[in-house]
Amino acid sequence: MSVSDFEVVIGLEVHAQLLTRSKVFCGCSTEFGGEPNAHTCPVCLAMPGALPSLNQRVVEFAIRAGLALGCTVRRKSVFARKNYFYPDLPKGYQISQYELPICEGGSVPIRGGEKAIRLNRVHVEEDAGKNLHEVSADKSSGVDLNRAGVPLLEIVSEPDLRGVDEAIEYLKSLRAILMYLGVNDGNLEEGSFRCDANVSVRRRGEEKLGQRSEIKNMNSFRFLRQAIEYEVDRQVEVVESGGKVKQETRLFDPDRGVTRAMRSKEEAHDYRYFPEPDLPPLVVDDGFVEQLRRSVPELPAARASRYQKVLGLSAFDAQVLTAERAVADFFDAALAAHGGGAEAAKKVANWVTGELARLANETGTSPQDWKVTPPKLAAIVKLVEAGTVGGPGAKQLVEEVFRHGGEPSEVLVTKGLAQVSDEGAVELAVEKVLSANPGEVEKYRNGKKNLLGFFVGRIMKEMKGKGNPLVVNALLKKKLGD
Amino acid sequence: MSSSVRELLDVPLVELSEALEKKRISSAEVTAAALDRIERTDGSLGAFLKVTPERALAQAAAADQRAARGERLGRLDGVPIAIKDIFVTKGIETTAGSRILAGFVPPYDATVVERLDGAGAVMLGKLNMDEFAMGSSNENSAFRMCHNPWDLARTPGGSSGGSAAAVAARQVFGALGTDTGGSIREPASFCGVVGIKPTYGRVSRYGVIAFASSLDQVGPLARTVGDAAALLQAIAGRDERDMTSSARPVDDYGASLEAGTRGLTIGVPREWLEAGIEAGVASRMREALAAYERMGARIVEVSLPHTRYGIAAYYIIAPAEASSNLARYDGVRYGLRQRGCPGLAEMYGETRREGFGAEPKRRIMLGTYALSAGYYDAYYLRAQKVRTLLRRDFDRAFEHCDVLAGPVSPTVAFRLGEKVSDPLTMYLADVFTVTCNLAALPGLSVPCGLDPDGMPVGLQLIGRPFDEGTLFRVARALEREQGPLPGPGGIAP
Repeated sequence: MSVSDFEVVIGLEVHAQLLTRSKVFCGCSTEFGGEPNAHTCPVCLAMPGALPSLNQRVVEFAIRAGLALGCTVRRKSVFARKNYFYPDLPKGYQISQYELPICEGGSVPIRGGEKAIRLNRVHVEEDAGKNLHEVSADKSSGVDLNRAGVPLLEIVSEPDLRGVDEAIEYLKSLRAILMYLGVNDGNLEEGSFRCDANVSVRRRGEEKLGQRSEIKNMNSFRFLRQAIEYEVDRQVEVVESGGKVKQETRLFDPDRGVTRAMRSKEEAHDYRYFPEPDLPPLVVDDGFVEQLRRSVPELPAARASRYQKVLGLSAFDAQVLTAERAVADFFDAALAAHGGGAEAAKKVANWVTGELARLANETGTSPQDWKVTPPKLAAIVKLVEAGTVGGPGAKQLVEEVFRHGGEPSEVLVTKGLAQVSDEGAVELAVEKVLSANPGEVEKYRNGKKNLLGFFVGRIMKEMKGKGNPLVVNALLKKKLGD
Repeated sequence: MSSSVRELLDVPLVELSEALEKKRISSAEVTAAALDRIERTDGSLGAFLKVTPERALAQAAAADQRAARGERLGRLDGVPIAIKDIFVTKGIETTAGSRILAGFVPPYDATVVERLDGAGAVMLGKLNMDEFAMGSSNENSAFRMCHNPWDLARTPGGSSGGSAAAVAARQVFGALGTDTGGSIREPASFCGVVGIKPTYGRVSRYGVIAFASSLDQVGPLARTVGDAAALLQAIAGRDERDMTSSARPVDDYGASLEAGTRGLTIGVPREWLEAGIEAGVASRMREALAAYERMGARIVEVSLPHTRYGIAAYYIIAPAEASSNLARYDGVRYGLRQRGCPGLAEMYGETRREGFGAEPKRRIMLGTYALSAGYYDAYYLRAQKVRTLLRRDFDRAFEHCDVLAGPVSPTVAFRLGEKVSDPLTMYLADVFTVTCNLAALPGLSVPCGLDPDGMPVGLQLIGRPFDEGTLFRVARALEREQGPLPGPGGIAP
């Protein structure tokens, strides 16, 4: 028996911090970093007498996310207290949602939309603070409550994932959707997009699910893969040796690449959930939901599909363009400015995924900051189509405008980037090169046809790269007597 | 104390206010007199946990300056009051009657404190209470005993014992308390003062140290109905920081105060008359009802069939919510922290063991049990369903009457130490008051005479949601009819 005789079943629980400016139950800033406890108030410090006040923006973000994920939005949902003691949980309970969450059902597409991973629920809750250990000279621990009260969206999938590849795809797809909506920044390392995995194995063909364990503390896709793969191997070994997988929570240790059962507690957590008496039930009406539905943009999967089916772009191009909403929006706008169809789409896509991507990476900028705006890119594409500028010239033009701004048609002139198509000028250059290289001309005429490239190269150099290749080629061949 | 000063402290709040308005007296004078009275009497009475004389005199001086400029902020401007130590006061120690918060100085004010400040009231200090508002006799205060001004050997009631005692003893002209299962009404009736628990949501709970979130309400205790109405007027209304507070506009409580009871119907719940009530209490109640009939009200019998489940439902819901609300007292961020513990669990355990008294511990355990896995449905959920049935009882009763009337407590103030050893007996005394909190209705206690031993008896009136105006009106009618109670004899002037 080996691992391949087993099927891996995974369910994922994602906690995504919502990008609202304030916390979910008070007006404190959600800004990351800052002096410990700088972003706190009586409410998120759980001072005696403090009460929660619900941030409406959080509700809007949650509903938009639920709509984008195809969930049913409950018109009435209820907050609940999840009770347990820990220093980073100042009230001694977390305000979450239990029996009546704001969203239910829905799904996340993977494999280009071929498979839909079902969601169980999406609900709102507050984040806890952070315990920091050995912060002082006396090795005492400190509690930083800046993060306490930051709004979280908890997204729970059904155990539909089969294998770690699907798990990674699911997370990337979900993350892209949330980033598209602007509700989450997708940062695994900083902890604003967190994932716990429920993993179990079963012999292929078996219907019953195996006992699952919960894996925590995986804060990158790489660690996630490592952790799940380790856990699968571990569980298979347990089963094969006749043992039983324990239902437990295991922490991933990134230094050793293993999962470890958390130190056993004397008693399992009984969270004693009950409806939060300090918050009335959350009631949203149809009008509110519909308004939010209209604000959901074309999502990555749908957009990528459109790029391929309607515009004929490759799957790879579609994927690259839709990876970030700002880039896809830029592409759409540039294409619209150009007015062209599938042919223009390919050209625009090449510029976006090629030169613009390169320049963006170098300067660390996003499409909203680019001096090459969508209309300007469209203009440059048209200049190339018209033959006004050649390939290399166009590259230079894009870079010029990107770094220094300006109108493409003007920069073309001031920087002398225009292509030379004038036959007279080209002929001069051709003759100059041919007369300077009589030996090669002889060899060419005697059959060494691959010397064409050599001549073209020299001519282009002579013309400082501005020769119109079509004209150069035609005149060159004529002069060579082809 | 000179008789004129005694007279000064004897008048109702609204009369004092008028005197301040007419500049017949200054806030500084009356505040000094009140502080003097506190100093002379509180050693034996125990109403205050903390007196803040300098702050009070500064507030009084500011009030006098406003009065001189003709810019009094309203009826409460310059009036000496005090508040239960359950309200957080910025820069002033707030303990909720518990050692676990000894030395805790809040960085913010409760909303009702802000509103009283904004009205110019002069706060003399923080009043004694049962720890975390858990109790009916003030005997659960971790700091000191509070006594009934009518008989120092008896309890003032609880949990707002200090509030009722301070008002009755003429130390202050009004006080704020809180009521979760009767903690304003019962001490008010034991001390012969007026106390009202408004409709749930009428007054903000922001800054009120929480006991049971779905039951707690803030309310005034005062010498007369008019005084209580004036205090409620100043603190009622929506607060954005308390999402359970109501946006419903606040009525003008003075508008129908003197309208009398002609044409009103008063319902008396049959189940309440069947319960064991002390003879003295029963007699005063019957007389009050007779007085109402003379005044033109109609008395009818109504039924609240689920009354007998009230205590059980209350003593599941309140401790359950309390067990969660008291979790934050863990020694991490404020209050008591036991030092020298080997680890976190020990620190939690030792801090809470040391810091909480017996009653909070009892209720935390009860509440935790009622919420725990396997028991939630049978206890907490079921109790909430009973709550709905109780509310329906009241709604149906109000189809036949405008207010309900009955006793506040089966007895008058009992002796200190009498019930302390049997918590269950203490709990059972709440039978008339808890259903009002469970049903989220307004409830008021107005003095209706003395029993044969000279101890005050309170009449309870319960109204429709947000109908505090009718409660004041009906209570005022009785007050006018029977005249004011004599002052308590227990406290020497």
